[in-house]
Amino acid sequence: MANYNLRINGNDYNVEVEDDTPLLWVLRDHIGLVGTKYSCGIAQCGACTVHVNGEAAFSCTLPVSSIGSDEITTIEGLSSEGDHPVQKAWDEVDTAQCGYCQAGQIMTAAAFLRKNPKPTMEEIENAMNRNLCRCGTYHKIREAVALAAKLK
Amino acid sequence: MANLTKTNRRDFLKIAATASGGLFIGFYWSGCDSPKMKVLTNEEILLNAHNFNSYLSISPTGDVVIYSPNPELGQNILTSFPMVVAEELDADWQKVRVIQANLDVEKYERQLTGGSGAMPHSWERLRKAGATARHLLVAAAATKMNVNASTLSTSNGEVIHKESGKKMGYGELVTDASKLTAPEEVTLKDPKDFKIIGTPVKNVENKNMFTGKPLYGLDFYREGMLHAMIQRPPFGMKIKSVDDAAARAISGVTEVVTFKNNVAVVGKSTWPLMKAKKLLKIEYEPDGVVESTFDHDRLFAELLNGKTAEVKRKDGDVDAAFKNAAQVITSEYQCPFLSHSPMEPQNFFAHVQGDKVELVGPTQTPDRARNDTAQLLGIPPENITVQITRLGGGFGRRLRADFVVEAAELSKMMNAPIKLTWSREDDMTGGAYRPAVRYRFQAALDESGNMIGYKLRGVGINAGNSTRENNFPSGAVENVLIESVEHKSAITTNAWRAPITNFLAYAEQSFLDEVALAAKKDPVQFRLDLLAKAKASPVGELQYDVDRMIGVIKMAAEKSNWGKDANVMQGFSVYFSHRSYVAQVANIEMENNQPVLKKIVACTDCGIVVNPTGANHQVRGGIVDGMGHAMYGNLTFENGLPKQKNFDTYRLIRMKEVPEIDVHYVQNGIDPTGLGEPALPPTGGAVANAIFKATGRRLRSQPFIEQKEFSDIKLQIKRA
Repeated sequence: MANYNLRINGNDYNVEVEDDTPLLWVLRDHIGLVGTKYSCGIAQCGACTVHVNGEAAFSCTLPVSSIGSDEITTIEGLSSEGDHPVQKAWDEVDTAQCGYCQAGQIMTAAAFLRKNPKPTMEEIENAMNRNLCRCGTYHKIREAVALAAKLK
Repeated sequence: MANLTKTNRRDFLKIAATASGGLFIGFYWSGCDSPKMKVLTNEEILLNAHNFNSYLSISPTGDVVIYSPNPELGQNILTSFPMVVAEELDADWQKVRVIQANLDVEKYERQLTGGSGAMPHSWERLRKAGATARHLLVAAAATKMNVNASTLSTSNGEVIHKESGKKMGYGELVTDASKLTAPEEVTLKDPKDFKIIGTPVKNVENKNMFTGKPLYGLDFYREGMLHAMIQRPPFGMKIKSVDDAAARAISGVTEVVTFKNNVAVVGKSTWPLMKAKKLLKIEYEPDGVVESTFDHDRLFAELLNGKTAEVKRKDGDVDAAFKNAAQVITSEYQCPFLSHSPMEPQNFFAHVQGDKVELVGPTQTPDRARNDTAQLLGIPPENITVQITRLGGGFGRRLRADFVVEAAELSKMMNAPIKLTWSREDDMTGGAYRPAVRYRFQAALDESGNMIGYKLRGVGINAGNSTRENNFPSGAVENVLIESVEHKSAITTNAWRAPITNFLAYAEQSFLDEVALAAKKDPVQFRLDLLAKAKASPVGELQYDVDRMIGVIKMAAEKSNWGKDANVMQGFSVYFSHRSYVAQVANIEMENNQPVLKKIVACTDCGIVVNPTGANHQVRGGIVDGMGHAMYGNLTFENGLPKQKNFDTYRLIRMKEVPEIDVHYVQNGIDPTGLGEPALPPTGGAVANAIFKATGRRLRSQPFIEQKEFSDIKLQIKRA
C-alpha cells in the first residue's frame, strides 16, 4: 500500500492503494468516479479512456504509480455542464444504444479533436477505430465526431 | 438526474430510488434553455403526483411521470415505451420524465427484454394507459368548463374548448381527474394523428450517458459491501484440489471460498481480486465428457450422416422428388460458438438478510432473477426485490440468471452485501454461448429449374431445434423434409441475438443463391417465384406472411437498383424473424482486382416505426453485428476451455470495418412487430452472396476470414 495524491478533473484526491492498481479501479472503487468504464482490462476496447495531460489513455492498464503529477480528466470532468462540443454533438446525433462504451468514445474524440480540429472522415475513423462498440453505433459515432468538429 | 447533484458516492444508485420504487431518469440538459426557471426534482414532482395506472402519474404542476417496465439494453425501450403512452395522453413531451420501473409482477406482464417482443406485446397496453388518463382529464375539464366532453380536444398537455378558446393544463385537472372512475374501453388515436410516434425523439438518457452518471449495474456501490469474483471450472470438469495460499496473501483479499465447483475471492475492492484470482492454483478433473473444437468437427460429420434425427417437417414425397430431379444441389454450412460479449461484463449486487433479499443489477429477465434466487434460498419470491439498472448490452446473455444466483449465494455465505463482478475473461469463458451448428441443405430442381424438393438437416451442440421448419422456403415447395439433431454437451449455450436464425438465415440464403444459380435464375426472381407459389397454393403450415416478405424483397430490389449496374456485384438476402421482415442487398465493386464492400441496403417491414432514430440504430446495429460475427467471430475450445478469452484474440468488428448502410422501411400502418433482432439474420447471406458474385468464392462457413476460400481475398470496406 502506498499513498498517492492525484489531480483529477481539477480536484485533488488522496488514495491509499497498491502501486499496481490501474487508474480505472482507483477512479471507480476508491474515488467514486464511475463514468470511466471497465470492459476488457487489457487496453483493447477503449471503454476506460481518460485524458492524461490532455492525451487519450487507456486507464485499465495505467498503474496509479505511473501518474505522478499528471493531470487526469475523466468523462465527469470533460465539461462542468455536460456541454463540451463532443457531448453536445453526441446528444444531437443521438449516438448511443446501450451507451456503455460512449464515455470512452467521447473521451477519445475530445482528445483527438483538440489535436486535429478539422479532421477528414478518414482521420476520424483512424482515431476512433481504437474504441469498440458492441451495439454497432459506428455510423453515429463518425457523424457525431464530424459534427463536434463543426460545433467548436 | 441533473438535479441530483449531491449524491453520496458510496450509494450512487440508491439515492435515486423512489418511494414508488424506480430509478429517476431526467433528460434535461441542466440549465438548457431557461436556466433561471426552477426545474422540479422527480421527488418533488412525485410527492404530489396522482397515479393513473402502472405506467403513468401526473402532478398538479403538469409534469408527467411515465414508468417504463422493461429492461433497457440499448434497444431504446426506455424512450419508445414512454413515447407511446405520451402520444395517447397528448402530453407535452418536454414535461415528461421517465422512470425505469423495478420488477413488479402485479403491475406489469412480460417485464423482460428478449425476442424483440416488448413493443408488440405492450403497444396496446401503453396506448390504453395514455388514452385512459386523457379520457379522465377531458371528463374533468368538461365538468370544470361546464361543457360537453365531446366539444373538447387535447394537445400538448392541455384540454382545449375550441368554441370558447378556453384551455386548461393537465396539471390543473389532475386532482379532479384522478378521482374519476377509469372507463373500461377508450378510443385510441388514428395513427395518422400521431404527433410523437414516428418522430426522432432523443434517447431520454443522453445526458446521463454522456456525462458519466452511474447508470449500469457495475456502477452500483453500497456502503459496506464486499466485492467478489469467481473462478469457474472448464466445461465438463470439476475441482480436484484448490491451493489458495497465494491468493489469500494478496492485500485487500478478505476471504477465499470454494462452492459448487467455483472458487470465489472476496475483498474490499476489485483490483486485488483480479490479481488474486490469477494466483489460485486449482486442479480440475473430468466430470463427464470434456470436449474440444476438434471433437465437434468430427461429431458434425457423424451426426449429419447418422440414421437418427428428429423430423420437424415433412411435406409431400421427398424421396420421389429427389429421384426424379433433373439436378440435385447439396451444400453444407457451419458456424462456430460465439460469445455474447456485451461491453459491460456480467455483474450483480445481492444482499441477503435472513429471508429477505435485495437484488440490483443488469438483467434481461428480472422475474427469472427473482425466482431463481428464491429457489436457491428456499424463500418466497415475494421476499425479493429487483432493481433494474441500465444494461451495458445483453444480446441474450442476460436472459440467464446464473450471475444473480452466484451473487445471492455469496451474500448469504459472507453474510454481507456482495457485488459480484465478472472479468472480461470470466464473461468470455463463463459459458452460455451461441451454439455451434452444421447444416446440410439439398435442393431438387426439375428441368425448368423449379425447386421441387428441399431438404435440411441441422446438427447443433446444445442448440435445441436448430431449424425453423415453418419458415420460408417451407410452404413454397411441394416436397420438404426438415430434420434436427441435437448433441448434448457440457458447454453451455443460450439465446444469442436472433437465436438460431442468426446463422440459419445466412446458410439458407447463401444456399438459395447457389440453387438460383444452378436453376439459371436471377436470385431475386427465384425467391419471388417461390413466394408466388406459396401465395397461390401454399404447402402445409406457413409461419410468415407471404405478402410482407414479397414487399421487402421488391423494395430492396428497387432501392438497391438490383441488377442495373454491371460494375456493382450484388448479393441478396431476405429473412423473416421475430414477426418482422428484412431484405438486404450488399454492393461490392472491384478496385484493382479486389472486392470493395461499399454499401448494404436494408428494407424492413416492422410495421409502424415508433422512433426512427431508434429503429435505424437497431437496423444498422443488427447489420454491423451480423457482419462482424460472420467475418470474424470464433470461439474455439480445448479440453473444455475457450481458447479466446478477451478482445485481443476474440475479434469484434470495428469502425473501419463497417460499410455504409442505407435503411428503408415499408409503410403499411401495421402495429409494431419488433426490431431488436430481425435486421441481423439476413446480413451474412447478403455479404457472402456479394463476395461470391464478385470473386466466385462461395463462403460456407463462418468466420469468413478463417476460410481457405477467403484466404487470398482482400475485402476492403469503404464508406462514402
